[in-house]
Amino acid sequence: MDIIQEIEAEQAAKLSAGKTIPDFQAGDTLIVNVKVREGDKTRIQAYEGVCIARNGGGLNESFTVRKISYGEGVERVFPLYSPMVDSITLVRRGKVRRAKLYYLRNLRGKAARIVEKQDHREDAAVKPAKKAKAS
Amino acid sequence: MRSGVIAQKMGMTRVFTDAGEHVPVTVLRLAKCQVVAHRTAEKNGYVALQLGSGTRKPKNISKAERGNFAIAQVEPKRKVVEFRVSDDSVIPVGAEITADHFLIGQFVDVTGTSTGKGFAGGMKRWNFGGLRATHGVSVSHRSIGSTGGRQDPGKTFKNKKMPGHMGVDRITTLNLKVIQLDVERGLILVEGAVPGVKGGWITVRDAVKKALPKDAPKPGKFRVAETAGTVASAAPADAAPAQEGA
Repeated sequence: MDIIQEIEAEQAAKLSAGKTIPDFQAGDTLIVNVKVREGDKTRIQAYEGVCIARNGGGLNESFTVRKISYGEGVERVFPLYSPMVDSITLVRRGKVRRAKLYYLRNLRGKAARIVEKQDHREDAAVKPAKKAKAS
Repeated sequence: MRSGVIAQKMGMTRVFTDAGEHVPVTVLRLAKCQVVAHRTAEKNGYVALQLGSGTRKPKNISKAERGNFAIAQVEPKRKVVEFRVSDDSVIPVGAEITADHFLIGQFVDVTGTSTGKGFAGGMKRWNFGGLRATHGVSVSHRSIGSTGGRQDPGKTFKNKKMPGHMGVDRITTLNLKVIQLDVERGLILVEGAVPGVKGGWITVRDAVKKALPKDAPKPGKFRVAETAGTVASAAPADAAPAQEGA
């Protein structure tokens, strides 16, 4: 492994220590708990929306979460390993056929819904448990 | 004036601070950077350290060079550079400079050879604007345009910026901040970009346009290894005081 990968792996391990990053993908609904600094205090703010893309890899990975706030579409990009991201919770898995859901930007209301992914496999017991915890 | 070091550019990555900001960094590695020879005022008329870094097979170097490395009793080095130092900052021959020669937060100047761009046009080389995309321009959208006057000067002035070879120049980037140090692996992480290609040799020195921090190790941080199996880690602390400065 070259030295850059080594450093990145170490950083990723250090930054993700003590928090679990769920295995999510585009189409999933997430709650991202973001640390917000106000003066010298920090508090945690939840940001809930649909993950429309995951970009990059390793330490450089980021994901985009889109939501409709007061009728206005809002997208935020979070680095996956950012210390500002306190935790990520997976709320709902979506059934989508693309890795990047940029087409949602042009859709409103009913058309912008994403069907929930139904997993009928027997060994997929992990996922409902995760969902139940979130809701 | 302290000595600089020879390092190898390993590539770039990012570092997250505790405040959540990310800092783009370049990773530099000290590849067994040792003092190979001294230049003294009596003998050479100036005081400098000759440092060497990297490794090279002894069979691939000339006998003359091999002789020089043999005097210093160091392995043959890939890259050899002289650093001017003041009289009190002389580091003994054979000492290996370690990454904590610099301090975290300190500013350094980095010199390297920029990436070769080959024969480049005026737009890339000198940021010329080029010609218009439409309005009758044909074929010459990226040309440099006029190069001079009419009959009056009757010539193109010297040093006119024109297409030509670009890159492979010696470039010094001033005032890069040291973000992290790793003594064991010999890594220095500096903020921002450093000239040159990955794997290229560069020199790192204390910034000339910023004051050196007070607690910077004075002749330098180094370890004097391979002397009858002494503990290498104990050596730098003892060797650092002025008893070595000769």
